[in-house]
Amino acid sequence: MKNYLRITHYALLAIGLALLFTAQRNQTALAQNPTPTDDEVNRIAHQLYCPVCENTPLDVCPTEACRQWRDLIRQQLSQGWTEDQIKQYFIDQYGVRVVGEPPRTGLNWLVYILPPAIILAGAILLFRALRAWTKPSTTAAAPRSKKEAPKDEYVARLEEELKKRK
Amino acid sequence: MLAEIGYGILVVTFIVALYSVGAAIYGERKKSPAFVESARRAMLLTWPLISLSAATLIYLLVTNHFEVSFVYEVTSREMPTYLKVTAWWGGQAGSLVFWSWLMSAFASLVTLRKWDRDREFLPWVIVVTSITTAFFLGLVIFFENPFARYWQTFDGQVVASMFAPANATAFFPQDGRGLNPLLRHPGMIIHPPMLYLGFVSFVIPYAFAMAALITGRTDDRWIRLTRRWTLWAWLFLSFGLVLGGRWAYDVLGWGGYWGWDPVEIAAFMPWLTGTAFLHSVMIQEKRGLLKHWNMILIILTYALVIFGTFLTRSGVLSSVHAFAQSAIGPAFFAFIGATFITSIALVIYRWPELRGETEMKSMLSREALFLLNNLLFMSVLVICFWGVIFPLISELVTGQKVTVGPPFYERATAPLFATLMFLMGVAPLSAWGNSTLLTLGRALWKSALAALAVTGLLFFTYTKNAIALIGFFLIAFVLFVTLIEFWRATRARMNAQNENFFTALLTLVGRNRRRYGGYVIHMSMMLMAIGILGIEVFQIQTQGTLPLDGSLKLGEYSVKYESIAQFTGPDNRQVTRAVVGVYDQKGNYLGELHPRIDYYPDAQQNMTIPGERPTLRDDLYVLLVDWQPVSANGATFKIFVNPLVNWLWIGAIIFFFGILIAAWPERESEVVPARTKRVHQPSAAD
Amino acid sequence: MTENINTAPHRGVPLWAQIIIWAFLVGLLAIVAIGLNRSQQGTVQPGDKIKDFSLPLFSGYELNGKSQFDLADHRGKVVVINFWASWCKPCEQEAANLENAWKLYEPSGEVVFLGVDYVDTEPEARAYLKKFGITFANGPDVGTKVSQLFRIKGVPETYFIDKDGVLRYVQIGPFVDKVDSQGNVVMDGVSQIQVIIDPLLK
Repeated sequence: MKNYLRITHYALLAIGLALLFTAQRNQTALAQNPTPTDDEVNRIAHQLYCPVCENTPLDVCPTEACRQWRDLIRQQLSQGWTEDQIKQYFIDQYGVRVVGEPPRTGLNWLVYILPPAIILAGAILLFRALRAWTKPSTTAAAPRSKKEAPKDEYVARLEEELKKRK
Repeated sequence: MLAEIGYGILVVTFIVALYSVGAAIYGERKKSPAFVESARRAMLLTWPLISLSAATLIYLLVTNHFEVSFVYEVTSREMPTYLKVTAWWGGQAGSLVFWSWLMSAFASLVTLRKWDRDREFLPWVIVVTSITTAFFLGLVIFFENPFARYWQTFDGQVVASMFAPANATAFFPQDGRGLNPLLRHPGMIIHPPMLYLGFVSFVIPYAFAMAALITGRTDDRWIRLTRRWTLWAWLFLSFGLVLGGRWAYDVLGWGGYWGWDPVEIAAFMPWLTGTAFLHSVMIQEKRGLLKHWNMILIILTYALVIFGTFLTRSGVLSSVHAFAQSAIGPAFFAFIGATFITSIALVIYRWPELRGETEMKSMLSREALFLLNNLLFMSVLVICFWGVIFPLISELVTGQKVTVGPPFYERATAPLFATLMFLMGVAPLSAWGNSTLLTLGRALWKSALAALAVTGLLFFTYTKNAIALIGFFLIAFVLFVTLIEFWRATRARMNAQNENFFTALLTLVGRNRRRYGGYVIHMSMMLMAIGILGIEVFQIQTQGTLPLDGSLKLGEYSVKYESIAQFTGPDNRQVTRAVVGVYDQKGNYLGELHPRIDYYPDAQQNMTIPGERPTLRDDLYVLLVDWQPVSANGATFKIFVNPLVNWLWIGAIIFFFGILIAAWPERESEVVPARTKRVHQPSAAD
Repeated sequence: MTENINTAPHRGVPLWAQIIIWAFLVGLLAIVAIGLNRSQQGTVQPGDKIKDFSLPLFSGYELNGKSQFDLADHRGKVVVINFWASWCKPCEQEAANLENAWKLYEPSGEVVFLGVDYVDTEPEARAYLKKFGITFANGPDVGTKVSQLFRIKGVPETYFIDKDGVLRYVQIGPFVDKVDSQGNVVMDGVSQIQVIIDPLLK
């Protein structure tokens, strides 16, 4: 009904036909020297994200586009590129969204700074509240509490709780 | 015709729900019980009505009425009938109907209870639940109508709408597009309903909280009334999450179960606040503390349920799970704004009346440790929330799309989860009200020592990985603490009551379901932690292209490519299925696996289904990545060994029983009007 | 139990806390609102002035000998910008139509065609260009800057910019022959492109 499909759908759709071609391409890639193994390719691909499908690591993405990118990584590896060079190439070509974490620059620092700051603030608030709550107890509640605790405090507590329920 | 009937019923239900809101408010203002009763009956009417409309929709789905656009989008002739039924929640419009249906079911259940002692809550509970139901019905009626039909206009355009446009004729497609293949899996059939059940049932405690705030009856009553609801809600939500994980593991072919995807996190966030809530309500019941905090937590939970649903359905966030872009965004946004603002305003208004009754005696008391637990859950929430929201901010401010992915979440949350585990070990041993380092230390040292011994053993036999060892230490520690708790309490009963071990254990658990159910849940969490630790730290993988009879080695396994076959499956899927033999290091044959690729012609999509060999030690997970049809001798396989991962699923099953123990209705149900003697008792359970 | 211990008068939420809470809520709602607005808004709309951008071009697909395309250089001409990718099947359906349309307008010098290769790898992209005999300017969308500028939702999409640099028409999906219910071609793909460009030339 619609000729136009969203990118993600389309890329998925392309696999069927493409399988045949890629199998052959894999072989040509294998013929190169030195040959990067699938594992070496996947190790780098795992750290990159498919630029057209959302939040899918490149090593598990089944689309034709991703297959091309994995082949690209293989090619770059065989040309002696380092892991960082390949990652940088992908960032330059397809934008920072291809890496799993925003690079630590500019506004992106917020990702790393804000949560610890909020958590710390929460911890301080909680600690202060706890101290405020525990203070009056030492003066006001002490005389009232029973001083002579039973020897086996635990068993007594348990028994008491169970009795309540009978 | 049927489509019109289904739609008409929805419109009627929408009006009925709005009426019940109006009548409840009017009845409450004018002190007219008749109006409140009328509102209650109107509310009770919504469920049968939506059921009827849903039945119409299911009938259309099952009978191939492709002229209805929703039916066209989610079914096809080849699909078996049960899948056509479950296609009900396989698309945006249908799942909204499903949501409303569940919502009104829960609202009806809660209005059916005896309200003798809580008359003043009734109208407001009706108002909150009915507004929520009406809102979702409104989305269906005005934006995402599952009953809309296809029409062909005079210039050949095909449009979907409820009523015929001018000069248009009805259009009947031959076949539908079919359900997304990813959703044609047993796990996916139960996973969304479970999640929705969890989401919807959290609305009930929220409704009671709102009722308590509005009426000013801010004692513990609302919490006592909704305690079981909350547990059930938590059960459904937890199970929905676990099932989602299992589905991802079996279907997505990632070798994992959780990808920190925004949609997954959207479902995880209410679970975090819900879990924090379950713990902190105990402090309020026991000690009368934290009334503010509990209100905030339940509001947060509800807000996150709605917010998460919004994020995944409005197209604001992009994700593998997200529904396609949709028109419901602005309406949803308005609803979110209105509910957030009202809730917060109410809490601020009632703040002075919510002050705590007692004070805390020690920083090591159980209530203090529970608060620490809450802080940790909130911290995880902050990380998740920020990770989900930040890409949005980045795109707005700098125009740059960024991905906040697993490395970020794993690094940020791991220490928090570890601390939570430690607390799980310590908190059960600390007393309400008062504990000192000395009493705690006395209670803990045995377990800590035992756990240390286990860790030492693992160090010499299994792994030298520091993270794994810390994790295993914590897991063993919590398990020992919990088991010793069971053991001591049972023995105490055996001595005091002269019972045998099993009677003592059973009475113990039966008398204090919430506590011991909670302990079972803690232990199940530890089993799940074993699985998570295993796959996170020890997962290994390899990939390679094999000729026939070629083998690929990974860890202690060797996988041999034996044959491949293509055939047509039941729903016309085209299956390419490889047979691989699995051997151990010594070359002993262990069995065969059948990784396969299913191609769905109707949806034009592939699915990669792994072959799995689960054992308690690890899970061998083989994927058929690629094959060469021409000579059938070049197939590419990807193999994962996921150590210990099956403990995750075992833990999940035990977890289920733990909640059942904690949440199972008790004989003296709270629904029965209680004798006055019981009213002032502190609590029925711990 | 012992409420009287807490002798402090019942206080409300301190003002500063209220301010923080409301500010946070408003901020959050604002972010979501803008995000929502963006996602609803879709691509740039006809009538919008297109900001200047530049795009490096594949060697062999330069424009007037320059290896970089600058929109600002082409004021006074109609600019047709087509987004495509080698992994995109519908793009293949319209590739020949675009090339034929380009051949029609190339001699006049009044129209510029630009192909923007959306997230792709160069060897595959070149193979695609060769396969369909494309001759107009083409370049990779490095860092997806151009596609983000146009807020494209998928490929193929084609944008028609008039002589004043104002966007006049957006084609979502490929230019393929329009067929009526009997299967007769109502309008072929090239004519559809012509119908859009010709009024802009006046």
